[in-house]
Amino acid sequence: MSRVTKFAARDPGPSARMAGFITHLRENGLRLGVAEAEIALAALAQVEAINVDDSRRVLRAVCTGCKEEVERFDDLFDSYWMDMGRVKQRVIPTVSSALNDTVHSSRDAKGEEAGASGSASAPDSGGGDVESDGTGRLIATDLRNLNQRDLRDLVRPDEITASEEVARRIGAALSDKRSRRRIAARKGDRLHFRKTIRQSLATGGEPLRLLRKRRPDRTRKIVALCDVSGSMTVYAQVFLAFLAGLMRVDKSADAYLFHTRLVRITDVLRDKDAIRAIGRMSLMVDGFGGGSKIGPSLMRFADSYAKRFVDGRSVVMILSDGYDTKAPALTGLALEKLRKRGCKVIWLNPLKGWSDYAPVAAGMAAALPHLDAFKSANTLGDLAALEKELATL
Amino acid sequence: MARWVLIHLAAIDMTWITLKSRLAEKGYVASDDLAVALQLALSLGRPLLLEGAAGVGKTEIARTLSEVEDTRLIRLQCYEGLDAAQAIYEWNYQRQLLTIRAAAEDGETGKEVEQRIFSRDFLLERPLMAAITQDTPPVLLIDEIDRADEEFEAFLLEILSDFQVSIPELGTIKAVTRPIVILTSNGTRDLSDALRRRCLYTYVDYPDRLTELAILKARCPDIEARLGEQIIGFVQKLREEELEKTPGIAEMLDFAAALMGLGIADLTEEPAVMHSTLTTLLKTQSDQAQITREVAGRIAGRAA
Repeated sequence: MSRVTKFAARDPGPSARMAGFITHLRENGLRLGVAEAEIALAALAQVEAINVDDSRRVLRAVCTGCKEEVERFDDLFDSYWMDMGRVKQRVIPTVSSALNDTVHSSRDAKGEEAGASGSASAPDSGGGDVESDGTGRLIATDLRNLNQRDLRDLVRPDEITASEEVARRIGAALSDKRSRRRIAARKGDRLHFRKTIRQSLATGGEPLRLLRKRRPDRTRKIVALCDVSGSMTVYAQVFLAFLAGLMRVDKSADAYLFHTRLVRITDVLRDKDAIRAIGRMSLMVDGFGGGSKIGPSLMRFADSYAKRFVDGRSVVMILSDGYDTKAPALTGLALEKLRKRGCKVIWLNPLKGWSDYAPVAAGMAAALPHLDAFKSANTLGDLAALEKELATL
Repeated sequence: MARWVLIHLAAIDMTWITLKSRLAEKGYVASDDLAVALQLALSLGRPLLLEGAAGVGKTEIARTLSEVEDTRLIRLQCYEGLDAAQAIYEWNYQRQLLTIRAAAEDGETGKEVEQRIFSRDFLLERPLMAAITQDTPPVLLIDEIDRADEEFEAFLLEILSDFQVSIPELGTIKAVTRPIVILTSNGTRDLSDALRRRCLYTYVDYPDRLTELAILKARCPDIEARLGEQIIGFVQKLREEELEKTPGIAEMLDFAAALMGLGIADLTEEPAVMHSTLTTLLKTQSDQAQITREVAGRIAGRAA
């Protein structure tokens, strides 16, 4: 029996099938545009499309864009074209499913690929659901704290104002001196030949005025991940105020909360009314003060958001005590993965200020080799004091 | 008429299998996936992005392809801070200055001088510009694109989509021919989606046993069959160990050359000598400390 999918008799033809395949890939999280269907057809004309292996190779070269996609491609290809001889009734998906992309909530519109973690033919593993940050999934977990907690009780407006100043100073301290490009400047370290020559034409070829260029400072992007699990509740007040202040001062900063799941809170914290922002945030973080899964949360961050928001100019700031209920090795792996994106990783641990503190918690110990800085912070004053130390990073 | 048919046939006849065998003639053993992707890049005229660990032969493929196509290889090595002046074009400032001075003595007017010093004669072509102004399409290798910063990616996108360069003083320079573009990346940072979308993509992995053996035989034809198999077995097993820097194909070839130079015919025979040649494979201190003589002997024993 042929393994190849059969198509219904009223099927509109190969180009529609290809469009269907591209849609199939897109639904599974591959980033493909309209033009790819056309390229794929043109590419198939280059080989004997009747040969499954050749077609597979051709479509893989056209449709994939990174290693992870290459690994998933075979399954996706099989589930569409090699459906054990089953008849595919409709190659063009219904309108309703296509609309899904446009009616996501603001959080999903930021590009979270819905259900992209499973392979094409197998359902998602249970673990993916627990770690994912969609609010629509009703899956029981043993560790989630279902008590709603109003964070407005925790954070006072004057603290946010105070932390804005701290956040501004820390942001300035982290500015990056690494830019290798040069721009025109009054006091530069190199001659700006192009401008000098241009100007010298006015003085008969005599370069009277030497124009210069220098490397400009670049600001660093701060990405803050705050642990709000049970053990961190006491410190949450300071850190949440700090995050709120940071978001209001620094337009390029990015913030996340995690406990047993990871939630991006950048958008809600940008609310003009600081206290309303905190209120909106507390609606998003049910599970506040529950268990902590640092490793899985960081891994999820490294796999999803980090790919878009973290680059060589980012400073990832993790605010956590390092007490993890999951395997500590995962924390190390996640940080290693994160570091490969070229960012700096700073871990601020509220416990480090204690006199006899040693990073013996397994999660913390696993993280240490991958950190650029490991500092203590449990009050706003401590955070302010960090300014000098961070400037040397 | 007959000649036209012949050329046409030749174009059709160039399938990925013939491309693969032509690459093999030049000493490059390509996997089927890579050969198909290369063939597509040639026939569709799209850039090909090759990603993979260091030392799997990404750069080498461009060099071999230029030999197969009998055309120039233009290479742009990327690094952080790479900008238009080094990648696309730069004015020849010294020459411009001299010309202005000479013109001033001859009493030429400013307008004429300006026209002259901002002409093609005073333009220094850098790789990207050189690639689009060749008479025969060259192979343009943009090596380690992940090292350049994102601003440069934007530059590159513009050139890869329009194949033209705008110079404010001179106007737009359009491509004479479309170069065959190959980009390589070691994956130290993620490339933008826009760039990935514009390219065909192939992930180049470490070769399997048979492919690597074929590579070794192509590069060192006079190696003994038994030693060759032992070397490949050893290197493949070594890659399974948790190393900081996994040995690539170039390292494997160095290793083979070292063994042949020392006249070793069997890996398991002289563990001490064999261990001293491991410097060709292990390039960090911790890796060398991890693979002790005993470990190396054990791996060699399993591989044999």
